Amino acid sequence: MQDTLIDQALSVQAGWTEKLDQLIAQYKSIPGALLPLLHAIQDELTYIPESAYPKIAQALSLSVAEVHGVVSFYHHFKTHKPGRHVLQICRAESCQAMGSEALEAHAKQCLSIDYHETSQDQAVTLEPVYCLGNCALSPAVMMDEEIFGRVSKADLEALIQDAIKTEAHA
Amino acid sequence: MLNMSTIVYVPRDSSALSVGAEKVASAISQEAAKRGMAVTIVRNGSRGLYWLETMVEVATDKGRVAYGPVKAADVSGLFEANFLNTEAASAKAHPLNLGLTEELAWLKQQQRLTFARVGITDPVSLEDYLAHDGYQGLKNALALSAADIVKTVTDSGLRGRGGAAFPTGIKWNTVLGCAADQKYIVCNADEGDSGTYSDRMIMENDPYVLIEGMTIAGIAVGATQGYIYLRSEYPHALAVLNEAIAKAEQAGYLGDKILGLPYGFNLEVRRAAGAYVCGEETSLLESLEGKRGLVRFKPPLPAIEGLFGKPTVVNNVISLATVPIILHKGAQYYADYGMGRSRGTLPIQLAGNIKQGGLVELAFGITLRELLYDYGGGSASGRPIKAVQVGGPLGAFLPESQFDTPLDYEAFSAIWAVLGHGGIVAFDDTVDMAKMARYAFEFCAIESCGKCTPCRIGSTRGVEVMDKIIAGTDRVKNIKLVRDLSDTMLNGSLCALGGMTPYPVLSAINHFPEDFNINDATV
Ligand SMILES: Cc1cc2nc3c(=O)[nH]c(=O)nc-3n(C[C@H](O)[C@H](O)[C@H](O)COP(=O)(O)O)c2cc1C
Ligand code: SF4
Ligand code: FES
Repeated sequence: MQDTLIDQALSVQAGWTEKLDQLIAQYKSIPGALLPLLHAIQDELTYIPESAYPKIAQALSLSVAEVHGVVSFYHHFKTHKPGRHVLQICRAESCQAMGSEALEAHAKQCLSIDYHETSQDQAVTLEPVYCLGNCALSPAVMMDEEIFGRVSKADLEALIQDAIKTEAHA
Repeated sequence: MLNMSTIVYVPRDSSALSVGAEKVASAISQEAAKRGMAVTIVRNGSRGLYWLETMVEVATDKGRVAYGPVKAADVSGLFEANFLNTEAASAKAHPLNLGLTEELAWLKQQQRLTFARVGITDPVSLEDYLAHDGYQGLKNALALSAADIVKTVTDSGLRGRGGAAFPTGIKWNTVLGCAADQKYIVCNADEGDSGTYSDRMIMENDPYVLIEGMTIAGIAVGATQGYIYLRSEYPHALAVLNEAIAKAEQAGYLGDKILGLPYGFNLEVRRAAGAYVCGEETSLLESLEGKRGLVRFKPPLPAIEGLFGKPTVVNNVISLATVPIILHKGAQYYADYGMGRSRGTLPIQLAGNIKQGGLVELAFGITLRELLYDYGGGSASGRPIKAVQVGGPLGAFLPESQFDTPLDYEAFSAIWAVLGHGGIVAFDDTVDMAKMARYAFEFCAIESCGKCTPCRIGSTRGVEVMDKIIAGTDRVKNIKLVRDLSDTMLNGSLCALGGMTPYPVLSAINHFPEDFNINDATV
């Protein structure tokens, strides 16, 4: 079991096992290390592979179930590799007041997917978000770490087309 | 003028970036280079007049002259009109010319205390901060005893701006009174409420004021470590805070010996991970400890047993960022603003379907109507404003008949509403309040930490019942069911997520019965 997990870990990305060890060493002794470590892993890989749980658990004296419990509690953490880009559409009240529902429908239609899914070409993963702090310029969306306000359907479509054409952000 | 470089301000605030500020900044530098003109672009914060972003300002000896809203495509036309020479007739006649920024009525009528520097300075420049009254509060605090710092905060009347409006000085006094080998200052920067962005603005546009406020808090209660728990949706704030913290450390404003004195205060930003409930202070502490964000039972209060079991001050960004001006100008100066038991100013955030959305800092007491129409300019769509939700997703919806309510904690409680974090979301008459009530339950179901049944199960049940009401099935019976469910949630929830979801739900039914296809709210 342990061995197959390690094999999977190796297949995540070249040099990943060493990188994981390095991140664990970097974070394990800071107070409340788990969230910062999970963030660091996701920053590196864009998601948190389950194969990393045993090592994390061991380093922080937790059970694998506890690590799993924390990862699954937080909406931000992804357990599967997302598409090259992540598009977040704000669903909260201020954006609703400015037509976010139509944007959501349009994005789903353009990409032929629902929330938490990735387009077939692996270009875009669609996620809901509850406020981006851009409520004075609702409706708002975020593509990777770039934020957009007063977004029209045409703007959204252009963003999606652009994402389909471009590589992942470094 | 000729060979001097003109200073041009282009905001780096993320809302300004969301409508193209980055492109505007590069268009200006390219166009200037092309024309062989010397400009120095300073990336300031936003003044918070968001409908005018990207607002470009040109420094003159009379003050800054603003142009907005500027798109990258407007830039060559601005140069054509000689916009850098603000005295030129062509610059004055340009349709985007707004005149002197400080003379804009929207800004001039505000009482900016917490936001005094926002939009004026370069956020990450410590020199700029110091040149604009920065660290004057700390300087005064260092001359006081710990108890007197706490007393100053108490006397100012400052109440927590994160939602619960608990007196900040009283909370600090509890922590001061605890003997412990380690205490903490935790800044709640989870800002999850829709319609709010004042925390984001402070962190992106004047990070040092928060750092200074936390440092004063640390010295006051004897805490040497601070954490800023920052929502993961704010990558720009993260970058600015980290840069500002590093500079403050270098300059000796943070570290084991602040300014060489025997006070230590270290500060670290910790990223949250997209759970709304982690804005609740005990859930936040669990999360900081590396756990799932399950709400804790109280007592013990976090002030007594908080982070890692140690005495901890948990305060909102705005509460902490208001401390420097209180220590700088004195408790009375701050307390002189406001009404009743709501002292000082509130940074109000206008959002939703509003023509002129942005940050309005004013003394408590202004009415919703003044905010919505005098500042907001009415709805963005031009249709009548039907409802506003104040205080985030757990706040009540208010109808037109309540728009004359003054912004005051007690006046809002009296109409079964809350001010919360000061966000005001406007809806025009196309809103369907039954859908909003359904959404309130849905949001609670998505974000519930799961610890108590009324919240976990009740919210999901609420969505189902609202679906029936919207579909027109047994309306009267189902509305009674929603009221019963709400009662259970109000009385049986551990925290305000479950306990206040009934506010938006019941206020929607009570004030807008027609949207539920019932004739009156007595059902
Ligand atoms: C579900 C829920 C979410 C909350 N979210 C926030 C938040 O995002 N920011 C905040 O400052 N307070 C939030 N609060 C209030 C905090 O529990 C706490 O009262 C506050 O951080 C104390 O700081 P203050 O006294 O300076 O307001 C939330 C409360 C609840 C119940
Ligand atoms: S009310 Fe909801 S969010 Fe709050 S403690 Fe109970 S289950 Fe958790
Ligand atoms: S509600 Fe969408 S950005 Fe705040």
